[in-house]
Amino acid sequence: MAYFGDATSHAAILGVALALALSLPITTGALAIALLMAITVTLLSGKSYTPDTLLGVFAHSTLAFGLVAASLLTSVNLDLESYLFGDILAVNRTDLATIWIGALLVIILLVWRWQALLTATLNPDLAYASGINPQREQLVLTITLAIVVAVSIKVVGVLLIASMLIIPAAAARPLARSPEAMAVIAALIGSIATLAGLGGSYLWDTPTGPTIVCAAALLFIASSTVTLLKRRV
Amino acid sequence: MSLISVAGLRVDIAGKTVLRDIEFSINTGEIVTIVGPNGSGKTTLLRVLIGALRPSTGKVKRKSGISFGYVPQKLHLDTTVPMSVERFLSLPHIHTRDEANKLLEQVGVSGINDRLMTDLSGGQFQRILLARALLGNPELLLLDEATRGLDQSGIAAFYRLIEKIRSSLHCAVLMISHQLHVVMEASDRVICINGHICCQGTPRSVSVAPEYLNLFGKDARGALALYNHVHDHDHDHDRLAES
Repeated sequence: MAYFGDATSHAAILGVALALALSLPITTGALAIALLMAITVTLLSGKSYTPDTLLGVFAHSTLAFGLVAASLLTSVNLDLESYLFGDILAVNRTDLATIWIGALLVIILLVWRWQALLTATLNPDLAYASGINPQREQLVLTITLAIVVAVSIKVVGVLLIASMLIIPAAAARPLARSPEAMAVIAALIGSIATLAGLGGSYLWDTPTGPTIVCAAALLFIASSTVTLLKRRV
Repeated sequence: MSLISVAGLRVDIAGKTVLRDIEFSINTGEIVTIVGPNGSGKTTLLRVLIGALRPSTGKVKRKSGISFGYVPQKLHLDTTVPMSVERFLSLPHIHTRDEANKLLEQVGVSGINDRLMTDLSGGQFQRILLARALLGNPELLLLDEATRGLDQSGIAAFYRLIEKIRSSLHCAVLMISHQLHVVMEASDRVICINGHICCQGTPRSVSVAPEYLNLFGKDARGALALYNHVHDHDHDHDRLAES
């Protein structure tokens, strides 16, 4: 599942390029391609390829196709780097509105499907026995992931979205004893990392997106060190 | 009335027929046991019943709105998220702590609500799975080798518990087991499968069926001795299986 975020976000760069070519809003393009990729992987996995192999293929080939497509778009002045690494300082009110709407949608979907989603994640057979279709829950998760990627592409950038999906959650894992606590702690760690990253980037004049990810990584190191020390005692 | 019935069932997995010509039904209040050698399709059959596998041909008819309590043979829990016993019992349906406590006590593992699922012993884990399956007051309890990881006295207590649950919940029980003699005693009906149904009926009739004796050979004699002490003459174990 960790690579799913990678693949979805890399696919989004292709969406950005296509959206610019067709003069559509980039969120729409990114969302469409991210969804398409995620659904394709969900449908194909488990047949002839393992999900990891498929995700590896899709993640890098969609990124490559996206970069090639972007280079062919000579008519549009495309600042590729801002989509690869994000540009949180260039965010305007419309972007903020998009992010809020996206976040609200994701939260509604998650709260609505939470129990079923958790059961399906824990074990597919237990889900089936309770009348839950794990594939449907997987699809819900896939859709939320595509929404997250599409709305955060401008802020965090394609290459770093996955890190913000994984690192705060990983840092929260040893500190939590329930899935709900883990979600809340992960959100907190994500927020702290963002604020610290913004501060650090202002202070040392470093690129903002990567600084945020560095802050998250430091928080992960801190959390795992504390856990290791606790276990020793 | 019939809770679940299957007819003309065939299941192919990766181009190989694992089950064929399966036909049976389970009624309210019955305890039915499936016996069969390794690889005979017992677990596959259970997974078809809960809807995790789609049959290649044939039909599974479930009573509408039927609720299952399923205890899988071996459960791999995804460990991406932390999961306490209490939280696990409330998936997917939320139950109060009192309800959970009652069940935990019934299955003999009270007081471990706040432990993490990953910290449990094999026996505790198995009992938690059973408690979770029972919490929804299921109409049909499906147990796949549910006594794995339990010691002898645990196994005996387990079957007594199943009997108690059956009479208090009025649910049907379908279980897979390898402990032939215990199972024989505890069930109303036995279905012996080996890719197909070899024989079925009361434990007494199955225990003397030639198809059953062919499949289990020496094991069956032990079961038989325990089940029916009068029945101690020799059987022809070398005869080839008829199908």
